[in-house]
Amino acid sequence: MNAIVNRLGDSTTGSGEDVPLIVSSRFTEPAGHTLEGYRNSGSYRGYEGLRSALERSPSEVGEIVKEATLLGRGGAGFPAGVKWGFCPPDVWPRYIVVNGDESEPGTYKDRVLMERDPHQLIEGCLLAAYAIGAAQVFLYVRGEMAHAQERIAAALNEAYEANLVGRNILGSDFSVDIVLTWGAGAYIVGEETALIESLEGNRGMPRLKPPFFPAAKGLYMQPTVVNNVETLSNLPWLFEHGVNAFRETGTESSPGTRLIALSGHVNNPGVFEVAQGTTTFRDLFESPRYGAGIRNGHELKMFIPGGASAPWFFSEHLDIPLEAREVGPAGSMLGSGAVVVMDETTDAVRACLRLVRFFARESCGKCTPCREGTTWEEQILTRILEGHGRPSDIDLLTDIGDNISPGPYPVAADPGSGLEAVPFPPRQTTICPLGPSSVAPITSALRRFRSEFTDKIKRRDPIPVSSEPVPVNHAGEFDSGAAHV
Amino acid sequence: MSDAPKTTDAPKTDAPKTDAPNTGESPKPIEITDPVEINVDGEQLTVQNGELLIDACERNGTYIPRFCYHPRMNPVGMCRMCLVEVDSGRGPALQPSCMIPVSADMSVDTTSDAVAKVQDGVLEFLLANHPLDCPVCDKGGECPLQDQTYAYGPGESRFVEEKRHYAKPISLSETVYMDRERCILCDRCTRFADEVAGDPLIHFINRGSSTEVNTFPDQPFSSYFSGNTVQICPVGALTAKPFRFKARPWDLTVKESTCTRCSVGCRITVESSRDEVLRYQGVDSDSVNWSWLCDKGRFGFEAYNSPQRLREPLVRDAEGELAPVRWSEALGLAADQIRRAIESRGPASVAVIGGARSTNEGAYAWAKLAKTVIGTDNCDAQLGDGLPAEAVLGLSGLTIDELCAPGGTVLWLGPDPLEELPVLQLRLRHAVINDGVRIVEVGSRVTGLRDLVAQRIAARPGETPGVLRQLFETAPASGDTGLATAAALLREAGDDLRVVVGRPNLAESEDVVLESISVLRSSVPGARFMTALGRANVRGAIEAGLAPGLAPGGVSLSNAAVSDAWSTVPAETGSGSAGILEAAAAGRIDVLVLLGADPISDFPDRSLARRALAATPTVISVAPLLDASAAEARIVLASAAFGEVDGTTTNLEGRVTAVTQKVNPPGTARPDWSIASELAVRIDPAVELGRSAAALAEEMWSLSDAYAELAERPESPSGPEGVLCSAGHALELPATPDVELPAPDSYSLRLVIARKLYDGGTLLAASDSSAGLADDAVALLNPADAAPLGVQNATRVKLTSANGNVTLPARADDSVQRGVVVVHHNLAGADARSLVAAGDTVCDVRAEVA
Repeated sequence: MNAIVNRLGDSTTGSGEDVPLIVSSRFTEPAGHTLEGYRNSGSYRGYEGLRSALERSPSEVGEIVKEATLLGRGGAGFPAGVKWGFCPPDVWPRYIVVNGDESEPGTYKDRVLMERDPHQLIEGCLLAAYAIGAAQVFLYVRGEMAHAQERIAAALNEAYEANLVGRNILGSDFSVDIVLTWGAGAYIVGEETALIESLEGNRGMPRLKPPFFPAAKGLYMQPTVVNNVETLSNLPWLFEHGVNAFRETGTESSPGTRLIALSGHVNNPGVFEVAQGTTTFRDLFESPRYGAGIRNGHELKMFIPGGASAPWFFSEHLDIPLEAREVGPAGSMLGSGAVVVMDETTDAVRACLRLVRFFARESCGKCTPCREGTTWEEQILTRILEGHGRPSDIDLLTDIGDNISPGPYPVAADPGSGLEAVPFPPRQTTICPLGPSSVAPITSALRRFRSEFTDKIKRRDPIPVSSEPVPVNHAGEFDSGAAHV
Repeated sequence: MSDAPKTTDAPKTDAPKTDAPNTGESPKPIEITDPVEINVDGEQLTVQNGELLIDACERNGTYIPRFCYHPRMNPVGMCRMCLVEVDSGRGPALQPSCMIPVSADMSVDTTSDAVAKVQDGVLEFLLANHPLDCPVCDKGGECPLQDQTYAYGPGESRFVEEKRHYAKPISLSETVYMDRERCILCDRCTRFADEVAGDPLIHFINRGSSTEVNTFPDQPFSSYFSGNTVQICPVGALTAKPFRFKARPWDLTVKESTCTRCSVGCRITVESSRDEVLRYQGVDSDSVNWSWLCDKGRFGFEAYNSPQRLREPLVRDAEGELAPVRWSEALGLAADQIRRAIESRGPASVAVIGGARSTNEGAYAWAKLAKTVIGTDNCDAQLGDGLPAEAVLGLSGLTIDELCAPGGTVLWLGPDPLEELPVLQLRLRHAVINDGVRIVEVGSRVTGLRDLVAQRIAARPGETPGVLRQLFETAPASGDTGLATAAALLREAGDDLRVVVGRPNLAESEDVVLESISVLRSSVPGARFMTALGRANVRGAIEAGLAPGLAPGGVSLSNAAVSDAWSTVPAETGSGSAGILEAAAAGRIDVLVLLGADPISDFPDRSLARRALAATPTVISVAPLLDASAAEARIVLASAAFGEVDGTTTNLEGRVTAVTQKVNPPGTARPDWSIASELAVRIDPAVELGRSAAALAEEMWSLSDAYAELAERPESPSGPEGVLCSAGHALELPATPDVELPAPDSYSLRLVIARKLYDGGTLLAASDSSAGLADDAVALLNPADAAPLGVQNATRVKLTSANGNVTLPARADDSVQRGVVVVHHNLAGADARSLVAAGDTVCDVRAEVA
């Protein structure tokens, strides 16, 4: 675990330069997770933002968030202030659900936020609860993140003791409880309606939207705001420094910073807080502050700009900034802030299989196309890699994808063949986007690296496929040299 | 190699799209109150605003294929088969039509290329891991997966991988088997178990493509309603033991009928092959059973196929053994005995008990035989476990729909609906959970309504009238006691109170129920009643005249119109079953006819029943199986059973529906009405009772205005909703009895004899798959009563009353009220009726560890 944070320390402390550390300022503070540390270190004074917000009316607090254009950091990038406004008026009680079920492959930013700065998240929850008048906040942390659960539990105990959570917070008439719950280990629970089902004690399976949008009918069929951990973690800094300071970083449409979890074949993988909209992928990979170049002098083959569900980008996309408005039309998405870099030693078909296998294993089984389709895709890709591919498999893979996600699937342009980009998002025959996510790597790989598929089918060389995860040493270092995906 | 069944070469658009497959799952009938216009495939339709698109389309002739959607359950949108292109103003998008409420100006395309592609895709996905063992699958031939693959599917599969494998059928319960390879995970069975039956015992286990439907280990799917999951399974994953490998669906012929295992009167199809009934399926009767059945009803046909069925009449021979004889001999002997009895001691020395298991026509024929040909009024369709006939007919007027109408308040004084009227329990459950109906229950133990009641008031046997007086007269309507809550609910309901009465306890006299009714009628004059008596056609038999003092059509004998068909009536009023049995025991009855009745097993005072049968020189039993009383009879006339006779039956609402003959009776067994007719002509050659069931029905329906609709359109009971009749509603209720409740003795427990769905009944015992489901008798005591007695689990206790004693295992059970001991009727091991004497208000027993 410490490997990640050490790298973080190397890259983000000291040389903050023009990018303010809005959410990651306490990542390197050894005691940043305690109430004491939260109050006395970092880029703002802990719980002061809450104190000032409590002097305003809830609607003013909501208005500030709206003015700041704080975009959701969970994947969809929807403005948080606007989302809060969707709760139907005069329907009580309302709930806030914090989505801490971060499980997209390559994404590990929320985990660091929860482990290193739990009070920041708690203060964010309180600000949001005050703004929408929530009766209760449910903090749903991914099942496997034991350390984050412990840190949050400890922080909640401290906060309750200091009268920062619970009845009459800081002597005001604002009262709210924050309840910590954790999942049982299912990727799909990161989808907000599945998370709500899981919270209610049911199987983590998504609900159909429509008719039930969480803002109107969510947890226990009451209005519910589901926010990402990072989104809420932005609020304390925002209330301490104000809207103008917040908007100074980033672009007009995507102000502020965001945490990027960079992984894969770069020299310095880690979590970095970068300016939204202005930082490019090239900056991210090459800047010594961030990725410090492709590992060992290799060349970039492709990268995933927004988590395993995002279609792949290639070297011609390096100068696109981290801005949803630019990434979407180019055929992919920024998603959850996970950037995975693959160099030329990577086998595109194996990369595809690793990603598809993840989705197949994590499919909840509720709707037919995802349950059956993802497994089928995995079986075909495995067969191709084992030397039993058929020429018809390529069309078959494409058509299975089309039956999960009908119509042209979002994909980057291919200058070599003159094919244009298909903009994000995909359509779906499924209930939630998990099934269509499995189509992303296949579509991307087939468009750009079709020959890798056809060569394997023609040569029929078996390439051993391990059903076990690729071994990673416990310092968090990938084995160097071998091609791993 | 192709994995899917091949379609024909004809283009897919030629598939019969508008002809919905005959799944019996049509949309629920609705009334259009808020019409909106939508466009479906270019056709402008007027539909109800907010109804589901899939239903709106089907109602107007466009069938959208589906697997998970069922019109009687909440939609889940899981199978994705019903995706259609919906344009609500923002361009067409693929939407699951089972989840989309229609709204004005919606434009829908159910046949576009995109839709056809999705349908191909979903079917290919579903078939990818489906074993395609259709040739050996019970569902083959009536399988929605098969049918929809032919109509909408891709024709062949591109799936060449190895399919998923599971152990072939595993048993989920005694009767239901699960083949997980065939399952398409549509959530129908699991949803039914959870939402409709309230027995969430089957679930999805595991995840993704490893998902399977299964039970928790050691918790079998022991639901009274498990058979419904087999009917609604859209593939052959769930099969029922009684039907497995018995027939192919295309070899079955089908007739609609009405289940007669209890008085709810669920509509069913009777399906047979080679003159053997092999299956019943629920039919969606909107006013009654909504397509659901209980397992006892669903698998009840096994009893009629049993090798123990009586195939010919039996007469006791010189050695005292029942031996087969020819019909002419048996009927001749019976007629002789009846004639002699009339001649020697007058017609009142002949009595008829039973008829509630017969058709209306059979009951009418026997009533007419008894009351005009023989001239006796000693007739009773009930066995001392019901209510006076005047109350059964005169109180009624509440239908199941009215009982369950949204927002109403129900006062439940009846028996445990889960055990005695299972499908009524399903209707009530839906009413409480979905329609805001509130139930106040007064009784001595927790029933199947356990989680549904708004308030339960404990009353020991005999105390119900007092509790009601308290509720309506003295209880405060505020405060947090149960009594106050119940009083507030009842007062809020005002005159719009729906009351269900019955005999929840065989050890409590009917007088207690009559007193409760009288309290209610004076406190809430507008209250409407349903009499919930369990025996299937008890109401029809009473209406037909099988009750002392009544003539057909629910009129008292003194008011009976004299007609050609009904020229004479008995001079003196007769007695009910208790009176008949007492007279018999005293030697005053010469001929006792048991018309499908078994007093030895069913009459609350068993010793009286035994004495009566022993003291009667000629007992004639008309029965399909040799029950305990028939085994004591001198003459046993083999009668045709359900599925072997045409006619009508009347359910607890007064709804007359058709029962139909599907197969021939075994041997020479014949319908009840025909036996009555043959006897009549042998007793008095000038009499002709009726040549057919239809002729008898016509005659009966001409006797009373209550049957006007039936007389006008005799075919109307054949529809799924039947005809509601009001026969007997004008009857005067019996006088309120003067009930004297013995003071409770602090060392005694008050006895409750309740019924269970599966007991030692003759029909159940003859059903292979249900026979093992009956528990052994156990005395249930409140833990507070059990502890001082030293009752541990299965400690044997001896219960002693003034009339006798029984010894049986006891168990502490907090669903039983303090001061009460519950023993179920007709279970193996102990018969609590030996503690009871007919006529006692309640039965107090002492319990001691044996």
